Amino acid sequence: MAERVLMKGNEAIAEAAIRAGCRHYFGYPITPQTEIAAYMAKKMPKIGGVFLQAESEIASINMVYGAAAAGMRVMTSSSSPGISLKAEGLSYIAGSDVPAFVVNVQRGGPGLGGIQPSQSDYFQATKGGGHGDYKMIVLAPASVQEMASLTIKGFNLADKYRMTAMILADGTIGQMMEPISFEDAEIEAYEKPWALTGTNCERKHNIVNSLYLQPDELEKKNFERYERYKIVEETEAMWEEYMMEDAELCVVAFGIASRVAKNAVAAARAEGIKVGLIRPITLWPFPTKALNAAADKVKGFISVELSMGQMIEDVRLATQCKRPVTLCNRCGGMIPSPDEVLESIRKAQKGEF
Amino acid sequence: MKTTQILIAGFGGQGILFSGKFLAYKGLMEDLQVSWLPSYGPEMRGGTANCNVILSETPVGSPIITAPDVLIAMNLPSLQKYVNTVVPGGQIYVDSSLIDAKVERRDVQVFYIPATQMAKDENIASLANMIIIGHLLQNHPELSYSGTDAVVNKLVPPKKAALIELNMKALTLGKEYPV
Repeated sequence: MAERVLMKGNEAIAEAAIRAGCRHYFGYPITPQTEIAAYMAKKMPKIGGVFLQAESEIASINMVYGAAAAGMRVMTSSSSPGISLKAEGLSYIAGSDVPAFVVNVQRGGPGLGGIQPSQSDYFQATKGGGHGDYKMIVLAPASVQEMASLTIKGFNLADKYRMTAMILADGTIGQMMEPISFEDAEIEAYEKPWALTGTNCERKHNIVNSLYLQPDELEKKNFERYERYKIVEETEAMWEEYMMEDAELCVVAFGIASRVAKNAVAAARAEGIKVGLIRPITLWPFPTKALNAAADKVKGFISVELSMGQMIEDVRLATQCKRPVTLCNRCGGMIPSPDEVLESIRKAQKGEF
Repeated sequence: MKTTQILIAGFGGQGILFSGKFLAYKGLMEDLQVSWLPSYGPEMRGGTANCNVILSETPVGSPIITAPDVLIAMNLPSLQKYVNTVVPGGQIYVDSSLIDAKVERRDVQVFYIPATQMAKDENIASLANMIIIGHLLQNHPELSYSGTDAVVNKLVPPKKAALIELNMKALTLGKEYPV
């Protein structure tokens, strides 16, 4: 077994990205994700990679666009306000069908907000953020180990489907240290015949572009893209079920909220309440099938979030409103305590949704 | 299924995060599940620091500590802020050279250690934190003293190798401080 070392979540992302073959990092510092850039600044020059602190978030995402178009494994990272600035570039990347890897270690918003952990960029990550019809694969790690494993997964999925994979983490998972080992890194290599690598006068030149002035052509591109998204939805959803076998209530939570929720589920079980947890690991594609199946056996759902209630909408859609869904939340950088979640579970047990 | 939740709090510069790292690495060495969560928010920028360390025989759930089993208070504001969050039967370690106040609770074990003064007397002024950790270890057989030198070696950067011996000295001072 590989040695277990203690690492911060942010550092685990950076190390995993390097192991996944990423040699190009473009970013701009912002709390609470700066350790990613710091790690890259230290390591990239030693392994022949590029670390570049751009003049802004907008510049850095466009550098990602350029390197991705050249077929490189490339990434950027930021936190909430910085991701808003990158939104235009994310839309262009989607419109050009190039693979990119982006990290959002979320902090409280809206606006400049605060620097404490939050999950209030769920809508931005899963429903767009930039303009136009597009999706990103959104991965939600709940441990330092997953910060690493989902980073490697993210690079693989991005290349496989020629789209952006985003890690949607939060300040807590980014800043905390846990033991981690890197033994499971499986790096998939995909051909990139579309990449701008120079023709050597031996082939027709490739074009990477998101401009289609003929509406029928643009519509066709969007239809094609959504065919690909459909495959992602059918095959790539990931989730964890905890104590769901005999559950009569289901807590839904991702990332740091799922860690708090697990404590609450264990405490509720000790009181004899049959409750379980479904933890979406991919937020897009959302684990719709798992939640819909749960809706046929539980009497209700509790969505635990560090936001004013964003994922709860997907829980309702996934379960087709077959059962009531209630919200247990804190926001602005606050985190619900296990007791607060337990209280929501107790209420739900009494039928109070 | 033993889990120990340790909250360390004080000023920036007292080595709060370092002593938390020491406990986390020691736990890792003892094959425990561990988590280490620093404060990084506005409170840190105001000069105070705290750190949540969880050591457990089972996977760690939430890394955020709301009811610590152990509180290490390195200044008065930290003691006042967290004293009532400690679970009944828990332990509180107080740097009594910086904190005049006594803990009024009777349902917790309190250890008063004049760590900052002891460190000054021994010319290891920045290592009051490790004196307290040295004292704490004797109450936590799941961590123990064996192998502490390996942990210190791991945590002290090679550039500052001289600090290894001083850290070990601080741990011993804490260990030998009468209960």
